[in-house]
Amino acid sequence: MLSEYAIEARGLSKHFGELKAVSGLNLNVPRGQIYGFLGPNGSGKSTTIRMLCGLLTPTAGNATVLDTEIPADARVLKPRIGYMTQRFSLFGDMTVCENLQFIAEIYSYPAADRAERIRDLLAKYDLESQRDQLAGTMSGGQRQRLALACAVLHHPELLLLDEPTSAVDPQSRRDFWENLFRLAGDGTTILVSTHYMDEAERCHRLAILDHGVKVADGTPHELQDSTGMHVVEVLADNPYAAQLALHDTQQVASVTQLGMRLRVLIPNRFDDPGHIVSSALARCELGADVQISQATLEDVFVAVTMEAQR
Amino acid sequence: MISLSRLLAIIKKEVRQLRRDRLTFGMVVGVPVIQMLLFGYAINTDVRNLKTAVVNQANTHLSRDFVAQLAETQVVDIIGFAQTPEELEEHLRRGRISIGVFIPKDFDRRASVRSRKAVHLLVDGSDPTILGVANQLRDIPFGFDTQSRASTDTRIVEVRPYYNPERRSPVNIVPGIIGVILTMTMILFTAVAIVRERERGNLELLINTPVTSAELMIGKIVPYIVIGMLQLALILGVGRLLFDVPVRGSIIDLLIAACAFVAANLSLGLLISTAARTQFQAMQMMVFIIIPSILLSGFMFPFDGMPQVAQYIGEILPNTHFIRLTRGIMLRDAGLGELLPDLYYLIGFTLVAMTIAAKRFTRRLD
Repeated sequence: MLSEYAIEARGLSKHFGELKAVSGLNLNVPRGQIYGFLGPNGSGKSTTIRMLCGLLTPTAGNATVLDTEIPADARVLKPRIGYMTQRFSLFGDMTVCENLQFIAEIYSYPAADRAERIRDLLAKYDLESQRDQLAGTMSGGQRQRLALACAVLHHPELLLLDEPTSAVDPQSRRDFWENLFRLAGDGTTILVSTHYMDEAERCHRLAILDHGVKVADGTPHELQDSTGMHVVEVLADNPYAAQLALHDTQQVASVTQLGMRLRVLIPNRFDDPGHIVSSALARCELGADVQISQATLEDVFVAVTMEAQR
Repeated sequence: MISLSRLLAIIKKEVRQLRRDRLTFGMVVGVPVIQMLLFGYAINTDVRNLKTAVVNQANTHLSRDFVAQLAETQVVDIIGFAQTPEELEEHLRRGRISIGVFIPKDFDRRASVRSRKAVHLLVDGSDPTILGVANQLRDIPFGFDTQSRASTDTRIVEVRPYYNPERRSPVNIVPGIIGVILTMTMILFTAVAIVRERERGNLELLINTPVTSAELMIGKIVPYIVIGMLQLALILGVGRLLFDVPVRGSIIDLLIAACAFVAANLSLGLLISTAARTQFQAMQMMVFIIIPSILLSGFMFPFDGMPQVAQYIGEILPNTHFIRLTRGIMLRDAGLGELLPDLYYLIGFTLVAMTIAAKRFTRRLD
């Protein structure tokens, strides 16, 4: 029977000696969705993705990917998944077209349809004018489009993308996400890791990882609704002094400065957060405009990673 | 299970990358030609024209005759005369001459009576080759037609070398140099092959595709076998053109032996590649193979003259067996059938090294 999930992980762990890169990760990734891994560097995103495609053997736990047990049956899985490495891993001394051809041959793509598939990909990923350029001489955005084209060439059911946008400009990132939505629309399941909040917000669902532990997961909305924190926005005349004052206030969990504004997180168990903030500022004779606000994903991120540390 | 189409894809990719890698491509042609010229011209074990000075205190007809005969051997090149043995010592010390010839006043009497040595050779013993040559000079027969008794006493040993009657070094060296050059270049090409892809990140992509270890390994080796043959042709061509080195046996036999040898070296390179973490480490490991391949393979020193332990190590090295094959085929006109044990060793070595390399190469990162 086919599972409704493309990926199910149960207690997946990976330790490198003393370092616990990933600990007891449970994961359910529904088919046909874009699932995000949000977390800082070293939070275990890459390690998890590498375990899921069979590159690393888990220290403990197990996972089912596309109804296949890994790492035991990783071989059978290879032709069905596409993997885009964090670092550009195509051949820099071969042209765009040669790289695509090589990938097509390696995946035994039907010879009769190869040329057409490559033409199709060059058009879709806007690489026609670079087709005879050496991959090593291309810009970050172009390389990334080529890497994605190569990863999807063989029509994989599951696409694993390891920080695909870390080296590209904002416009290229927007175009990249257009491509991801089109692929998801065609039924491809996509697991993408990122440390950009705006990208995380675009995912259907996401998991927040911190120090190898999953600290929260759900849709971006669910996460925003379940922070367990009040969010207070402060427009202060002297934001830095205000920040210092709020840090010293017992009920305040965290203060983040954004230009002239401060975002203050106060746990739900305290009532009337606006009053807590204004009275704290008044005590220090600091003038400020105080407003209750909606939690953004960044607030969620700050809240959950703070809890994990405690 | 090997898929031919995937194997071809890897081969095609390797050839493409090789064609664009100018430095490697330069090595394919440059290393054999340069090495041939270096070894062919510089390594000259038949010593000639050693700088020599003479002190002839006798200055008789007989002694002048002796000096003339000495010069005729061409082993020495008499560049000057001096008055005292002290002057000869001075020249030796300053490195102006390698041999000093001292002929005492009573040369004629000594030569006829043979009670004491008539001539003293002062030799620069710091170079063992020169010392060896001086020892040979002692045995050169000098005929003194004035003394019939002396002529019967003169040493009349004649050396008659087989296979290389003119005693030209290149003839002995070329068969060995083929082995040394192929060892160097072939191991180098594949030793860095996998490490380079690991360093560039290509490997993480490759091991996530359906490519198998065996396909990857064989696909990397095949293009270089062709290159090995190209180098062989180049070495034989240069040997023929510049040094007049013959191939007395069958060229087909030579090709078969070279194919087996190239494959053995490539597999050894791959084995290194699976053990090294960086290209630099691969290079370091190569040194451990190349130096013994030059020193212990019978290329530099006669194999049977080496200590037992050195011979054991030599037997492991593919180059030792290849040199036996090439010397046999090229110089002694031996058939491959007479040299089968060495050929079998090379084939066996390839199979074992390839198997270990493919086993060691895991398709995982941990």
